Amino acid sequence: MLTLAHFLTLGAILFSLSVAGIFINRKNIIILLMCIELMLLAVNMNFIAFSRFLGNLDGQIFVFFILTVAAAEAGIGLAILVVLFRNRKTINVAELDDLKG
Amino acid sequence: MIVQELIFYAFSLVLVFAAVSVISVRNSVYAVLFLVLAFFSAAAIWMLMEAEFLAILLVLVYVGAVMVLFLFVVMMLDINQEPLKEGFIRYLPVAVVVAIVMAVELLMVMWSRGRFGVDVFPVPQPNPIGYSNTRELGMLLYTDYLLPFEVAGVVLLVAIIAAVALTLRVRPGIKTQDVGAQVRTRRDESVRLVKMKSEKPRSV
Repeated sequence: MLTLAHFLTLGAILFSLSVAGIFINRKNIIILLMCIELMLLAVNMNFIAFSRFLGNLDGQIFVFFILTVAAAEAGIGLAILVVLFRNRKTINVAELDDLKG
Repeated sequence: MIVQELIFYAFSLVLVFAAVSVISVRNSVYAVLFLVLAFFSAAAIWMLMEAEFLAILLVLVYVGAVMVLFLFVVMMLDINQEPLKEGFIRYLPVAVVVAIVMAVELLMVMWSRGRFGVDVFPVPQPNPIGYSNTRELGMLLYTDYLLPFEVAGVVLLVAIIAAVALTLRVRPGIKTQDVGAQVRTRRDESVRLVKMKSEKPRSV
């Protein structure tokens, strides 16, 4: 019998994996963006699980909007990436230190 | 019931394997392809939770548009992969520790004292035949969530304009048609009056 905890556990494992991905791939912006997508997927999994087990569709509406915003974010992020590569010929995060942060 | 569990575990295994591969493969193109696999497995699990519309949306919009965009950018940029992987081994222990601590914390919240157990959240009955998830979502989206829906459209429009404005590049020295200059042109720029004597008729 599939309980709510099954789906929440899957979401938690997925979220932890994407956090680990951000740690070990800190040089590559493309992989960082993909880890963020994976994180949003884990969050969406929790939203849908609660929506199902509470019998309330509002959670699915939230997932709809998260998908919208994530698509916009990916589009702008990749556009910034392309401009960055055009100007600097690299996407290595370690070399992007113009702002001296 | 047992079939559902088998499906859940099969797709969960594929999903976790794909997620591990996304964060650990050396080639970015393979990482994008594994992310596509992860999205497909997640769509199957959402289907299991009877969120059919969102499962299809994930495959069509996410895999069909966003991941293809990722793939396009990864293949278009000629990236030297070697320096991007340095520090992988160095940060691996930290990442593993952080991930395990975070997962254990989340699972402790989840499993302790049966907060999300079967007695608090009973397993719901399957939806009746003729129930349409898309129809119900549409009913909510076009009534209670009409304003957020329209704002989401504006967000997408802004994203389109921003992406075009960021990547637009005007290169000098290429021949293009300038419609503005064509419309703005005045009479004295294109018409020249020449005074000349009228021709005499040739005497026969």
